[in-house]
Amino acid sequence: MAEILDLTVLEAHNAKMAGELSPREHVEAWFEAAGTDELNAYLWRNDRGPEAAAIEPAQDWNAPIAVKDIFCTEGAPTTAASRILEGYRPPYTATAVQKLIKAGLPILGKTNMDEFAMGSSNENSAYGPVLNPWDRTRVPGGSSGGSAAAVAGGLAPWALGTDTGGSIRQPAAFCGIVGLKPTYGAISRYGMIAYASSLDQCGPLTRTVSDAALLLAMLEGRDPLDSTSVGIDGGVSLPDREDLAGMRFGVPAELARDSVDAGVREVFERTLEKIESLGGEVVEVSLPSAEHGISAYYVIAPAEASSNLARYDGVRYGMRAGGDGDLIEMYETTRSDGFGAEVKRRIMLGTYALSSGYYEAYYGQAQKVRTRIAEDFSRAFSAVDFIVTPTAPSLAFKLEEKTNDPLSMYLGDLFTVPINLAGLPAISIPAGLAEPEGGEPQLPVGFQIAAPAFAEQRLLDAAYALEQGIGFDRRPGDADG
Amino acid sequence: MPPVIDREQVLHVARLARLRLSEEEVETMVGELSGILGHVDRIASLDLEGVEPTSHVVALENVLRADEPWRSLPRDVALASAPEPSEGAFRVPSPQAE
Repeated sequence: MAEILDLTVLEAHNAKMAGELSPREHVEAWFEAAGTDELNAYLWRNDRGPEAAAIEPAQDWNAPIAVKDIFCTEGAPTTAASRILEGYRPPYTATAVQKLIKAGLPILGKTNMDEFAMGSSNENSAYGPVLNPWDRTRVPGGSSGGSAAAVAGGLAPWALGTDTGGSIRQPAAFCGIVGLKPTYGAISRYGMIAYASSLDQCGPLTRTVSDAALLLAMLEGRDPLDSTSVGIDGGVSLPDREDLAGMRFGVPAELARDSVDAGVREVFERTLEKIESLGGEVVEVSLPSAEHGISAYYVIAPAEASSNLARYDGVRYGMRAGGDGDLIEMYETTRSDGFGAEVKRRIMLGTYALSSGYYEAYYGQAQKVRTRIAEDFSRAFSAVDFIVTPTAPSLAFKLEEKTNDPLSMYLGDLFTVPINLAGLPAISIPAGLAEPEGGEPQLPVGFQIAAPAFAEQRLLDAAYALEQGIGFDRRPGDADG
Repeated sequence: MPPVIDREQVLHVARLARLRLSEEEVETMVGELSGILGHVDRIASLDLEGVEPTSHVVALENVLRADEPWRSLPRDVALASAPEPSEGAFRVPSPQAE
């Protein structure tokens, strides 16, 4: 059984096709594994189990999947890890999840996350933090921390997450797995609980680049229920490139002065050498406005959030408190009791940035910075195929290490947020291990590759070749050495 | 250095956002928001005269669907999650204080 859980989704599919693995055994093994969650990765598990799932025949890539609790699932609890949605069972299912169900993927459960996807450590969940499977005293990253920990910790073969400012890529990096944020508009956002609508995009968290390609192929497409969705022209197929010949990788010159942990920088440099040994060319590019990405993001995202979260008012769904007073009192009591500290902080920030007298100085200015950042990328992409950075400037940090310092938590998103502001696709792949301050165990380092809009196939091809070249095969709990 | 956002402003913004903050939360919010806004303020001084704002990155305009009837949630389903459904509607407390 442990052997079944060692297979990637593609390997399991091939084994099923060769008659070496029974589809039922495969599905049952994963439902059993999900039941052993000690990481608080799942908020809800599908107790109906494999019986409820279409198991035969082994068509498509029907491995069971874990779904971030931000996706509406008809009849199953959907909380976005917030008290304000405790007990909520949506009347419809998100398009992305619907597509997976139609493809025959059984849903293992709903994964823990930072409340309303606001956070980089998964410590903002109303239902407790998720533990990093590599070291349970550390965070798994966020906001898709439950999805990343489930895949890395052997509780799901693959998972669905969302990424507004790095929420797929950063937890993938902290947990040593692959995380892909597709181009804005590649996948429908219908039924995905909104945080910052102009930035939110869902995507795969997987063990390998090939599995990410399989999942993206199922998810992408235009959806009449999301007028910003366009799909990926030409679709997505399995990557099979073995070298990087003729491909140019840009390293931002600004990276040199960014504060990056020594261990992360070392793995990053080693990966650049690997790119060259695979025939790729590494050159310097300049993204002069990217340094303002954090500032622009922490205005735009909270501004959109303050508007999106106005809907939680105790009237149509979710919890209600203070119902004995007048209407305004009910609104205020419901929202004050229902939202956690980080969500309140971002609603306050966004409301302030949009309020009379401050709108131009903050929101207006942030939108212009956003233009500049997008222009930086298009200029850079006229000279290179990809832009590469570490996914995060640090290794997975300790639980509670940053909870009292929200700004330092935000600054950790410096390599991921510019990508969302420009709407581009980017992938994080595990590039190696590094030793944290204070010693063992070693922790994974993520390598981020960004590509021009809708160039997912080229991105996956390059990431696949690099993944094969790196040969990262470590899992949490492996003996060191 | 004085806080970028003071106590009065925090209370004003909380009212706009329909949040009621405890005394402790107000204090924390003054410090934390001031810290964050102090960082964000770096973009306030940038010369971005003439730069077009970006609100959305995908070049889409007027995405329209065909003008055809489309399924919608039945009333009882829409009301099923409401804290206080009543006579086919969402019941709320009176807007007038007693």
